[in-house]
Amino acid sequence: MKMLLRYLRPSFRVMSFGLTVKVLATLLELMLPYILSHILDVVVPRHSVWQILLWGGAMLLAALGAYFGNVIANRNAARVARDTSRRIRHDLFHATMHLSARDTDRFTIPSLESRLTSDTYNVHHFIGMMQRIGVRAPMLLLGGMVITLFLDWRLALIMLAILPLIGISVFVIARRGLPLYAKTQSAVDGMVRVVREDCQGVRVVKALSREAYEAERFDGANRALVGAERRAGVLMAASQPLMSVLLHVGLSLVIGLGAVFVQGGFSAPGRIIAFMQYFTLMSTAMSIVTRIFAQYSKCMASASRIGEVIDTYANTRDTDVRGACDERAPHIVFENVSFSYNGRRDNLKNISFSLPRGGTLGVIGVTGSGKTTLTRLLMRFYDADRGRVLVAGRDVRDYDEKDLRARFGIVMQNDFIYADTVAENIRFGREIPDEQIRRAAHLAQAAEFIEQFPEKYEHPLTSKGTNVSGGQRQRLLIARALAGEPEILILDDASSALDYRTDANLRAAIKTQTHTTTVVVAQRVSSVMHADLILVMEEGAVIAAGTHEELLATCSTYREISESQMGGAFLE
Amino acid sequence: MNNFGFGGGGGGMGNSRSLNNPMQDRAQSKEEKKAVLLRMGKYLFSHPVMVLLALFLMLSSNLLALAAPKISALAIDLIERGAGNVELQKVFFYVVLLLICYTVSALLSYALAVLMVHLSQKIIYTLRREVFEHLATLPVGYFDTHQTGDIISRISYDIDTLNASLSHDLLQICASTVTVVGALGMMLSISPVLVLVFAVTVPASLLFTRYKSRRVRPLFKNRSMKLGALNGYAEEMLSGQRTVRAYSREDVILSRFDTRNDEAVEAYYRADWYGAMIGPAVNLINNFSIALITVFGGILYMLTDAGAALPAVMTMSLGGVSAFVQYSRRFAGPINEMANIVHELQSGMAAAERVFRLLDEESEPADKQDATVLANVQGKVDFEGVDFGYTPERVILKELSLAVCPGMTVAIVGPTGAGKTTIINLLMRFYDVNRGQIRLDGTELRDATRHSLRAAYTMVLQDTWLFYGTILENITYGREDATREQAIAAAKAAHIHEFIEALPQGYDTVLSDDGVNISKGQKQMITIARAMLSDAPMLILDEATSNVDSRTEQQIQTAMQKLMCGRTSFVIAHRLSTIQNADVILVLKDGRVIESGTHGELLQKGGFYASLYNSQFS
Repeated sequence: MKMLLRYLRPSFRVMSFGLTVKVLATLLELMLPYILSHILDVVVPRHSVWQILLWGGAMLLAALGAYFGNVIANRNAARVARDTSRRIRHDLFHATMHLSARDTDRFTIPSLESRLTSDTYNVHHFIGMMQRIGVRAPMLLLGGMVITLFLDWRLALIMLAILPLIGISVFVIARRGLPLYAKTQSAVDGMVRVVREDCQGVRVVKALSREAYEAERFDGANRALVGAERRAGVLMAASQPLMSVLLHVGLSLVIGLGAVFVQGGFSAPGRIIAFMQYFTLMSTAMSIVTRIFAQYSKCMASASRIGEVIDTYANTRDTDVRGACDERAPHIVFENVSFSYNGRRDNLKNISFSLPRGGTLGVIGVTGSGKTTLTRLLMRFYDADRGRVLVAGRDVRDYDEKDLRARFGIVMQNDFIYADTVAENIRFGREIPDEQIRRAAHLAQAAEFIEQFPEKYEHPLTSKGTNVSGGQRQRLLIARALAGEPEILILDDASSALDYRTDANLRAAIKTQTHTTTVVVAQRVSSVMHADLILVMEEGAVIAAGTHEELLATCSTYREISESQMGGAFLE
Repeated sequence: MNNFGFGGGGGGMGNSRSLNNPMQDRAQSKEEKKAVLLRMGKYLFSHPVMVLLALFLMLSSNLLALAAPKISALAIDLIERGAGNVELQKVFFYVVLLLICYTVSALLSYALAVLMVHLSQKIIYTLRREVFEHLATLPVGYFDTHQTGDIISRISYDIDTLNASLSHDLLQICASTVTVVGALGMMLSISPVLVLVFAVTVPASLLFTRYKSRRVRPLFKNRSMKLGALNGYAEEMLSGQRTVRAYSREDVILSRFDTRNDEAVEAYYRADWYGAMIGPAVNLINNFSIALITVFGGILYMLTDAGAALPAVMTMSLGGVSAFVQYSRRFAGPINEMANIVHELQSGMAAAERVFRLLDEESEPADKQDATVLANVQGKVDFEGVDFGYTPERVILKELSLAVCPGMTVAIVGPTGAGKTTIINLLMRFYDVNRGQIRLDGTELRDATRHSLRAAYTMVLQDTWLFYGTILENITYGREDATREQAIAAAKAAHIHEFIEALPQGYDTVLSDDGVNISKGQKQMITIARAMLSDAPMLILDEATSNVDSRTEQQIQTAMQKLMCGRTSFVIAHRLSTIQNADVILVLKDGRVIESGTHGELLQKGGFYASLYNSQFS
């Protein structure tokens, strides 16, 4: 709720304008029956045609006024809903993009995605609806209550006695509804997950003819979602009949007691009749209020899921920027760094090394030995549990995150290409002149195939780069990394799909035409053998470090790897 | 997975045609609209019992709700006699009756509400299922050219919206119609002349609603489409979140997201903006008609009262006017409601169109009627004059011919973009050739059932694909009937057993999204284990070894040799050892096999292959 109010606040003025207009329009609308009864009761018996016409005209005017008022107010409501959900979605996406890697892992991508879409949509819907139908009903309810109090306070007390009951049941239902809707939304996550996985893995599914199995898996998610929705729906279904029964018990009591009062001469029949009419009005209003409450639970469940992400981000933004860089210090230093993803098993154990500016670091080792983790700590996607990571003599935790990452260019495993042109995929939203894009493409050995596209650099790529080959994709990603002229270039298994010659040309180009410090994570010895320092990793530890020649002489593991591949990595 | 595809760009995301040219589309859109409505109706009426029951409950709880005021009116009549004359006994009787009436009505409406929840969940379940199962039949090209997020948007938002319309709006229209007809009958019985007023106002509101909904429909279409686009973008960027962060591009991406966000909320707003007037406008028309009735009724009454010579149908009592106004108000209520519903229905129809368009998306062409079910596949493969391109203007393979004998290992090498993965796409019939033939054991692929064809292969791809589930489930994926022991044996053969055992939950460890908790190499070894379990006679390896670590490389190689042994294998190869051991090496360049032969033969030939080979020593 708090979160919602926070986002509604900038629209308060617009909203109060709209609500005022809505109140006025509603008043005009409520005048219509009065004018009508006035015509029938007072004017018609006077036998004056022009008076009838006059009052009829008044009715028309009131109706017109109500029309314009309602239209203006409804449009205003739509505007408030638009602006509010734009703000919410903006902040949510902002938070999502800035979440720490750990938090992203915890929320999971499908869940973040459904929060961004389905949940913000629920909130949008509610904000609009609340303003459209949430004015008239409370007005009728309150007005009716006040008038009945004036009509006959004793009978009105019966109503007042019922109100707390109604309040309590609304409260209880809304409170029980909240977790049910929360479950519904997390079931949406589950469904999104399956659809997303299958869209991405469609070839495997088809190749293995597992369509039926996948259908079953989806069916599970579908059933879970339908079940959750049904439970929430059934609970909410109870609210309206419950209200109606409570209200009408009150009404029946009013009639019964009214009869007793009239019999005893405490009340007049006319009052009871009037009372009844207001009562009917109030009960209609009540049913609308309960409808709002059902939506309210749904909206709140979504709002709290959104708030969760935004707050998580808000609470993680407390890096102290301090210290200064020493550009003469070794460019990259790891000091006794240990790290664990899950807090149980160390994924990096006591890593120490130092790399001078302009040097090349090669990292090689068994899969799962911590090579990628090392690069993640270097760029501070995760923080070391023990020890320090220094870039230019300064602890990465003391940097402003942007300043730190601005020093890097990186190609990750499974890095992504998005639906846009070749140039834009290399530029990646940075202010990089075309000249530099071309140069980067050239360095990355990508210029040749790009030039072959009919639109060259304006060639459109599809989402995930499905319209270029694996090797082409890798070279585009390398071009992206080089385009920013980074101080430090990280290539995490970035040339595995390149043939030997291209790979060699690439290495030579980086070496001779840039001044970057380079970290190469690779499976191939040929990719790291020219490095100034090679780390051989095993189970999170560095078991040997040195140059190619040193390692060949001293490290049996390295020798084995090398021998198994010599003359090895070949072609594409 | 994506390494595998080459889809032609420019996938269609919704069409904005009807936004651009409303005139030309009118006739067509009317047809379309009818078709969409009919199709929506089908989902509703496939549960006839529930629908009838719902209608019944709706009517009876409405009737009871109508009866209650009558009872209370009776009680009031008694009270009206004034102090000392009220028959309390009778009043109490009516009060009890009233209580019963209301309780039963509430129970009925509760039953109705619960029924509606069940009904709508049934429909939504069916729809999602149909959409998902249809997705499975679509050619892989669809997924290469359509954003995942947009597909997700269709299966979540659009189906939800469609369902809301179906289960709420359509039934409500039915119920409202009954009320309207009932009220109309009552009014006719009071004054047929005054009903004439409605002859003007009812068509007016109907025409108005129709006119407006025609304007509003493209707006709703746009709203669905923009939401889909937003979803697509969000999904894409979330998938690349880490890269975005690495380059500190959050702000740029955010501003691009904002553009789509603006478009989405604006589209929502445009639809709402138009919609905002429909309710009040119909209300206005109704109020107008009531005002007219009051005025004319009043005048008629006056004339009657003044003794003017009126035809009998035009005479009017004061009570008559009053009652007529009451009924016309009751009449107005459902008409208002209907106008609103028709408006809501537009959003449902716009969503329905997107869902149906996906459902109408062409499946992979069905297997031929007399398609052969491949059994006991030997693994003899022939390509004969195959031409292929993902888009007509860019041909990837040209007049490709080759013959592979059973059990052979074929290494496919060549520069990137030469069409290596394309060959595999064709082998598994993810795409059909444009010209020429591919035969397996002499059967043209298009004459065989897809299922039996694909079942003949097992594959290990560079881009591994694991799903949210346990490691065991991921290994046995493809062979459900495999026992735990078999899975473990496969894992051992793939040298991943020890790693798995070291995990806290061992084989029951749940792999979370995108398998973040294990390394890429480990993922790949799990897919190798998956392939090991298979007894398919043919194998496809796509650059599979490039990410497997080097130390266990030899062991993996041995396992791979085991995997290839007896199977016809197509390998997009990296490793010299694989290539050297291959029975035939195909050197692909620009969509043609420019050289083929064994390693030795090709070296001797001193062509393209030899120069590639020698380049690594330079």
